[in-house]
Amino acid sequence: MRLLLVVALDGLTYASWLFLVSAGLTFTYGVLRVLNLAHGNLYALGAYLGATLVLRYAATGSMPALAYGLLFIAAVVVGLVVGPVIERVFLRRVYSRDEEVQLLLTFSISLILEDVVKLTWGVNPIFADMPYSYLGRVRLGGINYAWYPFLLTAIALAVGGLLWLVVTRTRLGKVLASVIADREVSLTLGINVPRVYTLAFTAGAVLAALGGALTAPMFSLAPGVGAEVLVTSFAVIAIGGLGSIGGAALGSIVVGLARSAAVYFFPELDLFAIYLIMALVLLFRPQGFFGEIEVRRI
Amino acid sequence: MSRHSRFHSALIAAIGLSIPAGSAPAAPVAGAPAELKIAVVAFLSGPASGPFGIPSRNAADVWIEKINREGGIGGVKVVPVFTDEAGPADKVVTEFRRLALDEKVSAVMGYISSANCLAVPPVADELKVLTIESDCGTDRVFEEAKHPYVFRTHAHTVIDGVGAARYVLSIHPEVKTIAGINQDYAWGRDSWEVFQRSMRKLKPDVQVVDALWPKLFAGEYSAEISKLLVEKPTVVFTSFWGGDLVTFAGQAKARGLFEESVVVVNNTGSDIKDIAPGVLIGSRGPHGIVSPDMEKNPLRKEFIALYRQKYGLAKNDYIAHGAYHFVQALQGLRAAYEKAIKAAGRWPTTEQVAAAFEGLEFDSPSGHIAMAIGGGHQAIEPAGYAILKFDPALGVNVFSEVRMFPAKCVNPPDGMKSLDWIDRGFPGAQC
Repeated sequence: MRLLLVVALDGLTYASWLFLVSAGLTFTYGVLRVLNLAHGNLYALGAYLGATLVLRYAATGSMPALAYGLLFIAAVVVGLVVGPVIERVFLRRVYSRDEEVQLLLTFSISLILEDVVKLTWGVNPIFADMPYSYLGRVRLGGINYAWYPFLLTAIALAVGGLLWLVVTRTRLGKVLASVIADREVSLTLGINVPRVYTLAFTAGAVLAALGGALTAPMFSLAPGVGAEVLVTSFAVIAIGGLGSIGGAALGSIVVGLARSAAVYFFPELDLFAIYLIMALVLLFRPQGFFGEIEVRRI
Repeated sequence: MSRHSRFHSALIAAIGLSIPAGSAPAAPVAGAPAELKIAVVAFLSGPASGPFGIPSRNAADVWIEKINREGGIGGVKVVPVFTDEAGPADKVVTEFRRLALDEKVSAVMGYISSANCLAVPPVADELKVLTIESDCGTDRVFEEAKHPYVFRTHAHTVIDGVGAARYVLSIHPEVKTIAGINQDYAWGRDSWEVFQRSMRKLKPDVQVVDALWPKLFAGEYSAEISKLLVEKPTVVFTSFWGGDLVTFAGQAKARGLFEESVVVVNNTGSDIKDIAPGVLIGSRGPHGIVSPDMEKNPLRKEFIALYRQKYGLAKNDYIAHGAYHFVQALQGLRAAYEKAIKAAGRWPTTEQVAAAFEGLEFDSPSGHIAMAIGGGHQAIEPAGYAILKFDPALGVNVFSEVRMFPAKCVNPPDGMKSLDWIDRGFPGAQC
C-alpha cells in the first residue's frame, strides 16, 4: 500500500511536469495544424531566462518567495517576444504549403534558437535551484518529498483548467473552434484569422516557455535541453491525440504512472516505458486517445 | 623606431622569453611537411559540450599554441582542425572519413563518447590514420580487438570503478548494501558493472539492492530518488556527469538522500561546486583531485596558467578532466613523433609513428603516462578519490580525505580483460 502511494505520487508529479512541457505543443498544433519543432527551444529560452532572473534575484538576498513570480515573468517575456516573431515573419508564409516545408522551417528555427541560447548563455550548465529547495520537504509514505513538484501539480491543474475554460466558455474559444473547423469559412464570417493564428502561436509559445521556466529550478540547464523535451512532448501528445489539451493531460498521466511503475518494478524499462506506452496506444488508436481522424482535402 | 614597431619588437621579445630555454624552434627534419594537420574532435554542441567538449577543445587550442611556440613537432607547425563530435556514431564515422580523405589530416585526436570510441577504430585502421582517443571511458576498445593505428593516452573507466570501490571500503568498511543510478548507455552500464563487481569481490557479503537506469539527460529523477529513499542502501553509486549530475545532486539534496545513504560519483570536474558536501567523488584519474607532489608538476602549473590566461578560470574552479586528457593526447603525439624522427633520422611515416607510440612513456600535466596495456596502445593512470567538504573561508567545496590509488592498483595487467581481472580478485594489483 505504501509502495503504491509512492508510485502514485511520483507518477502524478512527473505527469504534471509532462503536461506543462507538452501543453504548448499540442495547443499550437490544435489551432494552426503546424507541428512546431522549435517548441523545445521556446522551452529552453523560458528555462534559461527564468534561471537567469532567479539567480540574479537570489544574489540580492531579497524575499525568496518573489522568485516564483520571476519564473512566470520569464515565460511571458519569451512567449510575447519570440512567439509573434516566429509566427508573423516565418510561419505565416507556409500555412498553405506541405507539412514537410513547415517541419523544415520550424526545424531551421530550432537550430537558430539553439545557437542563440549558446551565444547568450554559453555552454556551461546553469542551475537556479533556490525555488526548488526553498519550499522545503514534506514526509509522505515514510520518505521525504520536495514540495516544489506538488506546486507544479497545482500549476498544471490551473493551466489545464484555464485552457479548458478559454476553449469552452469564452468567445475566443468559439472563434478558435471556428478557425480550427474551417479556416476559409471563418474568414468569410469576418474572423481575423491571421490575428487568431498569431494569438494562438504566442499562447503556445508562452506555455512552452512556462514549462521551461518552471522546470529551471529542478534541472541544470545545458545546451540541448530543449531537444530532449521536444521528443518527450511528442510522445505525450501522440498518445493523447495531436491538438487535444485533454489528450495531453491524459497522456501525461498515463506516461507518468507508467514510468514511475517501471522505475519501481522494472528498472530496466525506465528508458523504454514512455515509448512502449506510445506504441501500444498507437497500435489500437493511431490517432491517440482524443485525436480525430482527419479527412485530407484535395 | 616608431612606437608601433617598438611595440612589435617588445611583443616578439616577450614571446621569445616565454619559450622555455632549450626549446628554440628546430629546423624541420628532412621530408617534413609544411605543416602537421591534426583533427581535434570534441562535442562543440549539445549537452556534453559544456562539461567536456568545449573545455577539451580549449585545452587542445592552448596546448597546440604552446607546442608551436616551442618549435612545433619536429620543427613543423601543428595546425588543428576543430570538429564537432555531436551526432550519431555513423555521422561521426563519416566525419572521420572526411577528415582523413578530404582534409588529409596526419592524425585524428579526440572522441569523448564511448560509442564513438568503439565506432572509429575499425575505420582508422582501414584508412591507416593515426588516431588518439582522448577522453572516452569504455574499456572495450583494446580488450575486444587490436587496432594498430589507434591509441588511447588516458586510462579507461575501470580505474574509476575499481578506485571507487577501494575508496568506499577504506572510508566505510561497514558497507552492507549498494545501489546504482546510472544513465542507460555504454558509460553508465560499464561504470556500474565495474563498480559493483569490484565491491562484491572486495567485500563478498555486500548486497546489490538496486540498479536504476534513467535515460541520458532525463533530468527528472523523482521516482528514482523515492526508490532509493525507500530502500536505504548504505552506498549509492552514480556515474552521472554534467547537467544530469548537478540536477540529480540538487533533487537528491532537497529530499535528504545524502542523509540516508553515502553517495559516490565516479567522475566530476568543475561541477563539484554544485554537489552537496559529504559526497565521495572521483575525477577520472589525477586531474582535479591530485596528490601534493602532482600539484608541483610544472606542466600542470603551465597548463592551468595557459588555460586561465586565454579562456578564464575562476580562482577555485577546476578544469574538466576531459581537458587534461586532450593535453595528454597531444603530449603523447608529440613524444611519439619525436621518438620516430629520432629513430628514422627524417620525417617518419604513419607506421613509424605508430610503432614509436606503442609502449611509450611521456610526461603530462597529470603526471607520467605509460602506454602500458592493450599491447602498448592503452595508457594507465592512478585513480584519485576524495570527500567533498565545504570550506567556509573559501566559500567553495574542497577535497578532503584525498586518496590516490596507484595506476597498477586500479588497472589490469597487459593482456587481461578488465572484468576477468576483477572476477579473479585483481591478480598482480600493486596497491
